[in-house]
Amino acid sequence: MKQRAAVLGIGQTHHRSKRHDVSIAGLCREAADRALADANLSVGQIDAVVVGKAPDLFEGVMMPELYLADALGAVGKPLLRVHTAGSVGGATGIVAASLIQAGVHRRVLAVAFEKQSESNAMWALSITPPFAMPVLAGAGGYFAPHIRSYIRRSGAPGHIGAMVAAKDRRNGARNPYAHLRQADMTTEKVLASAMLWDPVRYDETCPSSDGACAVVLGDQAAAEASDQPVAWIRATSMRTEPTMFSGKDNVNPRAGADAAAALWQAAGIASPRDQIDAAEIYVPFSWFEPMWLENLGFAEPGQGWRLTEAGETEITGSLPVNASGGVLSSNPIGASGLLRFAESAMQVMGKAGEHQVAGARTALGHAYGGGSQYFSMWIVADTPD
Amino acid sequence: MTDVAVIGFAQAPNERHSPATTNGVEMLVPIFHEVFAATGLTKNDIGFWCSGSSDYLAGRAFSFVSAVDAIGAFPPVMESHVEMDGAWALYEAWLKILTGEAEIALAYGFGKSSAGNLRRVLALQLDPYLVAPLWPDSVSIAALQARLGIETGLWTESDMALVAARSRANARDNPAALRQAGSSDVSVVSGDEASAESEGTVRCLWELLARPYVAEPLRAHDCAPVADGAAVVILAAGERARELCGRPAWITGFEHRIDSASLGARDLTTAPSAAAAGNAAGASRAQVAELHAPFTHQEIILRRALDLDDGVNVNPSGGALCGNPMFAAGLARIGSAATEIINGRADVALGHATSGPALQQNLVCVMEAR
Repeated sequence: MKQRAAVLGIGQTHHRSKRHDVSIAGLCREAADRALADANLSVGQIDAVVVGKAPDLFEGVMMPELYLADALGAVGKPLLRVHTAGSVGGATGIVAASLIQAGVHRRVLAVAFEKQSESNAMWALSITPPFAMPVLAGAGGYFAPHIRSYIRRSGAPGHIGAMVAAKDRRNGARNPYAHLRQADMTTEKVLASAMLWDPVRYDETCPSSDGACAVVLGDQAAAEASDQPVAWIRATSMRTEPTMFSGKDNVNPRAGADAAAALWQAAGIASPRDQIDAAEIYVPFSWFEPMWLENLGFAEPGQGWRLTEAGETEITGSLPVNASGGVLSSNPIGASGLLRFAESAMQVMGKAGEHQVAGARTALGHAYGGGSQYFSMWIVADTPD
Repeated sequence: MTDVAVIGFAQAPNERHSPATTNGVEMLVPIFHEVFAATGLTKNDIGFWCSGSSDYLAGRAFSFVSAVDAIGAFPPVMESHVEMDGAWALYEAWLKILTGEAEIALAYGFGKSSAGNLRRVLALQLDPYLVAPLWPDSVSIAALQARLGIETGLWTESDMALVAARSRANARDNPAALRQAGSSDVSVVSGDEASAESEGTVRCLWELLARPYVAEPLRAHDCAPVADGAAVVILAAGERARELCGRPAWITGFEHRIDSASLGARDLTTAPSAAAAGNAAGASRAQVAELHAPFTHQEIILRRALDLDDGVNVNPSGGALCGNPMFAAGLARIGSAATEIINGRADVALGHATSGPALQQNLVCVMEAR
């Protein structure tokens, strides 16, 4: 039955608005080379490659994994291409893990990327096909009403979003790869920035980034043979629901809650609040931190903002969220989910450097996509069980 | 390793111009009904769903997102998507059963190829910096491949026409096929060229060879017709498969590989990735093979790469030459091959899928009766 799987190595690029110094292949290779070096493996030791990215229109290349086969050392090997909207980075990690858990392969390279400077994501999202609701020019306009609904339902004070943004940008300053590194960011500064989509301000919004993330996964034998610390994958979970339907709860989507419940159960976690030492949660707009804390079961509905307000989600708090700076500091869309998964692994491997959460042994990686309808998550730990 | 079998298959009729939207729902809902009715399953029995489709084919971002409306995905489902032919979605579904996370899994693929100019759209699969800006279209690249084989004496235009004639004859018994022998031929690559293949029936090889080139040395019959469609395959583990199907098609080998993207760096007259996948999957044991060859000469390449001798019944459905709905056709090959076992016509069958220009990526699924 299910074989054990572990993260052996992690790599990511320096995330920037425009990485004009590299091609798409060069960007992916930069992350892959770092992951292989981190795992102390060569590309020849990789059995299969899994590539993930968000819509192909974001670069203007149809199925770019075909062209990337050479750069990723996949020629002659199996190559899979995953696309599950914004959750794709997480799904990429999960598909790569399942190749090992299924007993098919021993070492797998997962690579996820986005090179937004090659095309225009806002344009790609704004194409309105017949018989479909328009996204209304980008994600901010789509999600702002959900956030307003959250604020109304929870009674959260108006500065919570700004607190999240200031924390994540300060955390980003501790992460050498982050796109935005703003060590002196404060709640007041965020509140003073321009309102884009009420209540989302400029500084509460993720940047548009070029970037890639790569993870090397291995089976138990490969993990035990590693001379590096590894992160054992304790559980994975994915759930999907339609974009819109009568009764859809955009603030607390059932797919996310179901995915989390399945995840905790599979990992044997009775109290996520007590048993998770660090969480990397997909927060593209600041207010999604309290919203997802509730959806994931870290807090009761309507209470997530209290954790943020009390400072519990700071890197020194009892439940550090996005110690890496998160999506608010770097958002290469297709890679953002895998970055969450990779950063959670880095925490339990003790490799997070300046943004290391002290004593982190069990961590959550989380991603979501589409209209709050695709969810992927995993739990990693420093021991196999 | 858990035993996994194909226990159900359905496909939408291949159409030159489907009235369906590009999100696939209108093509998927009827075939979900069909496969559930045949297996006695409902959506609640499916432990894992996986789809294959392309945003570029649909001309929009996130085309697969609307497709989950065909499932009725509430309560939420465990689901994933590959930006590949549905055959690779089936591979991911197979993995999920092997991990023990699902007992029954459903894979589907859909594509409305007619929504754009397919041969030009597929040019965007090429190296975006050095090759795609030249817009070498998919038919022209296949023509280069065919030309290389002719010039090195590996096949002739007559060999290619024979493949077309046999495929059309086989398609007579396949109600889903777009092109059937004796019926009017359909457009190959775009509406503009439909006039090149107007009324007419296929009486003999010479008649095919007398027709004009589309992209020399390819004639219309050498090219898969542009088609819209969808396909669905259900997998089940061990005992569940036996309960649900009298004669499950047990998967004994499921492998895929990719070759270099550099057209100038590979020998286009061979398909090393198909050979490697076939070798690992045990392809040469097959009695029946459904090969996803969108061009006649590619069937010749694949037969050699997969080491299929002359006794192997190739493409009893008519194959992709009689209907090549992008992102569903490979999955339909596996479903068609499995049906040969389920219906008792074969003991070992092979389904193949390809992706990318000139057979760059290949998948082989070998199934057998027990």
